[in-house]
Amino acid sequence: MTQTLSAPTGTAVPPPARPRRVRRGRGGAVLGVVAWIVGIAFFFPVAWMVFTSLHSEQAAATNPPDLTAPLTTDGYREFFATNPWPYLINSATASVVSTALVVVLALFAGYALAIRPVRKWSDVLFFFLTTKMLPAVAGLLPVYLIAQHIGLLDNIWLMVILYTAMNLPIAVWMMHSFLAEVPVAILEAAALDGARLPTVMRRVILPIASPGIAATALICFIFAWNEMLFARVLTGVVAGTAPVFLTSFVTTQGLFLAKVCAAATAISIPVLVAGFAAQNKLVQGLSLGAVK
Amino acid sequence: MTTVSLPAPAGVRPRRVAARWARRGPLLPALLFTIVVTQLPFAATLVISFTDWNALYPDRRGFAAFGNYTAVLGDPQLRSSILTTVILTVSVVLVSLVLGLAIALLLDRRFHGRAIVRTMLIAPFLVVPVAAALLWKHALYNPEYGLFNGILTGIFGPGAAQPDWISDAPMFSVVSSLVWQWTPFMMLILLAGLQSRSPEVLEAARVDGAGALAVFRHITLPHLRQYLELGALLGCIYIVQNFDAVFTITAGGLGTANLPYTIYQTFYQAHDYGRASAAGVIVVIGSMIVATFALRVVSSLLKQEADR
Repeated sequence: MTQTLSAPTGTAVPPPARPRRVRRGRGGAVLGVVAWIVGIAFFFPVAWMVFTSLHSEQAAATNPPDLTAPLTTDGYREFFATNPWPYLINSATASVVSTALVVVLALFAGYALAIRPVRKWSDVLFFFLTTKMLPAVAGLLPVYLIAQHIGLLDNIWLMVILYTAMNLPIAVWMMHSFLAEVPVAILEAAALDGARLPTVMRRVILPIASPGIAATALICFIFAWNEMLFARVLTGVVAGTAPVFLTSFVTTQGLFLAKVCAAATAISIPVLVAGFAAQNKLVQGLSLGAVK
Repeated sequence: MTTVSLPAPAGVRPRRVAARWARRGPLLPALLFTIVVTQLPFAATLVISFTDWNALYPDRRGFAAFGNYTAVLGDPQLRSSILTTVILTVSVVLVSLVLGLAIALLLDRRFHGRAIVRTMLIAPFLVVPVAAALLWKHALYNPEYGLFNGILTGIFGPGAAQPDWISDAPMFSVVSSLVWQWTPFMMLILLAGLQSRSPEVLEAARVDGAGALAVFRHITLPHLRQYLELGALLGCIYIVQNFDAVFTITAGGLGTANLPYTIYQTFYQAHDYGRASAAGVIVVIGSMIVATFALRVVSSLLKQEADR
């Protein structure tokens, strides 16, 4: 009683609520600043790579760093003068074709595992995941010997096959969880209308699952574009991919920091652009089987 | 729910067979492809692991029984690379998972420019790993003109300490660069987890007077369990097999040679096919034990899947 009397304005707000809300607001602003600092800290090495790539070799190798040095695109000009195009085209071929193959194979497998489940489907899913857990390096030697035997060494189609196999398990897992979201009633209606599998796929499943398919494709593309161990061992002059080129580029040219940074930036750009453009799908895709 | 299938046409035998194949058919291409490309090489690895086969001495090929295995297990270098692999994987996964969780919690709140901050945070995951390793080795760690020592000179003047990061702390250098690359990956998974929490439950908890800490412990953390497991699982899969960072930053020197690097060397430089294969088989057996234990016993990922 005395409390209500002592409050001059007589507002109806219950006393404990107000201070808590105020505290939360101020804390939120501080945490927002913290988030900005963390974001800048993580981005900084990438920014530094781009920044260094835009300097002359002399300005790039100063200690302490010279932040006012004039910018130049010499690093990029020199990188492209070494003719990286065959390597970039190889990487693009291996990544795009293997991603397309993975998506098609995983889409049908996901259908069999999620929509019209085969028996023991969770064992099949488990099998796919275990293949991913076997260290790929343990299969490298036989792949090398077989490829040598059938004349596929230093051939980009070998990389297409291997990258397809490398990404397929994760893609099946992801596709399974995306297709599990497709409402059964729609499929039953389609079946009653007499639609066959290709029609159901194209007209019903694809439109509903397309964000998931895009996420799967993006992740497979990133991993294929980034792969180096297999490419290093199994390709050479003709079929070398961009990451392999990047390492050889460094060892044969000695160290030119600005040029190396230009090369690293140029090779990362396709993935950076794709990833930034589709970051919402990336979030969705990476949470794959757990989203339930 | 989704396991409810279309009613099978009972009775008519040929139609039932057809229905069975309609189910299996779509799965077969992926399954066959995976078996042929991933399982057959492992079978071959197993066979080669029992032979004496060094490509430098082609005449001396023969059956080695368990010779390669005893050689590999008795090799201190390989045993140390097993330890290195475990340390590298566990530290990178744990640190990036914890950091990723903290950052995901930060990004789960509304603040000005949240989308920009998230975009900046994703960048390390999108840089090609070899490029990232080169960036860390040359542009950041380099003792003469690397950014880290440059900053030290900038702050403390010309007399500042100029550590040689990679030779002074090789493992720490490799782990730091990998944590930088993988934290965004963990953050993305956990952020998806945070955003899939039911707002009604959170609101109800707040109305009941639960503090931020209580909400985190009793609602957020249990909800995130699957996402944490998924992040740890995928992180382990990819970091156990890491080759790029070790190869580029230290070239396997200074005690940072992990299993993929050691096997690569045994096979690619020493040309000892038999021994490389035996090492590969041992790695596979180890991974299988850990993976089966993790997935079947500890993890809730597959259980949840099976319940559906």
